[in-house]
Amino acid sequence: MVDMYSLQLNLYPPYVKKIMNFNWHTLSSPEWFYRFAGKLMPWLAFIAVLLFAYGLIGGLLFAPADYQQGDGFRIIYIHVPSAILSMQVYAGMAVCAIVSLIWRIKLADVIVRAAAPVGAWFTVLALVTGSIWGKPMWGTWWVWDARLTSELLLLFLYLGYMALYSAFADTQKAAKVSNILLLVGAIDLPIIHYSVQWWNTLHQSDTINLMGKSHMAASMLHPLLAMMFAFMVYTLLIVLMRARTELLQRGWRSRWARAIISREGES
Amino acid sequence: MQFHSFTEFFSMGGYAGYVWSAFGVGVVVLVGNLIQPMLHHKKVIKQLAMKIKREQHASNT
Repeated sequence: MVDMYSLQLNLYPPYVKKIMNFNWHTLSSPEWFYRFAGKLMPWLAFIAVLLFAYGLIGGLLFAPADYQQGDGFRIIYIHVPSAILSMQVYAGMAVCAIVSLIWRIKLADVIVRAAAPVGAWFTVLALVTGSIWGKPMWGTWWVWDARLTSELLLLFLYLGYMALYSAFADTQKAAKVSNILLLVGAIDLPIIHYSVQWWNTLHQSDTINLMGKSHMAASMLHPLLAMMFAFMVYTLLIVLMRARTELLQRGWRSRWARAIISREGES
Repeated sequence: MQFHSFTEFFSMGGYAGYVWSAFGVGVVVLVGNLIQPMLHHKKVIKQLAMKIKREQHASNT
C-alpha cells in the first residue's frame, strides 16, 4: 500500500528533503555555529587576501594621481573603508543587540561582544588616517567639525559599551545593560552620515555612493570598492574568530565544548 | 602603472610621509586585530583544558 506521505517525500530529490527537514534553530546552536564558522574561516581569509591584493595594487600603483591632491589622495584607500566599516560594524552590533534583547538568543550577544573591539579599532584607524590626510590638505591635524566630532563620539560609544560590559560579573545583566547603551548610541550613526550635508564642514562630502553614481574615475573607484569589500570580509573573519573563543568560554561545561577543547588542546 | 621607478613610487609625489604612515598604521591595526584573537583562542583552550582536568581530578578523589 502506498500512503500519500511517503509518496510526497519521494517527489523531492535528497538535497531538497535535506533543506525541508532542516531545523532552523540549529543556526543559533553554539555547537553548530562553532563548526560552521570553523569551515567558513579559511574561505573568508582567502577572499580577503585576494581583495586586499587587488585594492592595494590598484590603489597604490595603477590609480591616477588626483588632480588637486596628487598622490596624497591615496590615503583614501585606507581611510574610507575603515570609516565606513566603523559605522557598519556598529549598525550590525545594534541589530544583534535587538535580537539579543527581544529573543534572548545568546549567540546574538556573543556576536555583539566579538565585534566591538574590531569596530573600535576601525574607528581609531579612521580618525588617525583622517588626521594624517588632513594635515597636508587642510593644514591641520584636527578640527572640531561635525564629521570628526561625531566619529570621535563613535569611538567613545564603542569604549563605553566594552567598559560597561566588563563592569558586570553576571553575563546576562552585562549583556542587557550594555546592549541598551549600544542601541541608544546608534543615534550617532545617522549624525555621522549626514553631518557633511547638515553642517558646513571642512570634511568633504561623500566620494562614493553605493546606490547611485560615484564621483570618481573607474580606475580610482574599483580599488576603493575592493578595499571596502576586503575590510568587510576581514571583519566577518575576525568576528567569527572572536565569537568562537567566547562560545567556548561560556559553554565549556557542555559536552560539545569539552570535545572541542580536548581535540584542539592536543594539537 | 603610475610610477616609473621605485624612488618615484616611494616619494608619492612629495606626500611620502603622510601616505606611508597612514598605510603603516593600517597594516599594524589589521594585522594586530588578526593575531590577537588567534593567540587569545590558544590561551583560552589551554586554560579551559586545565580547568576541566582540575575538575575531573577533584571528582576522582
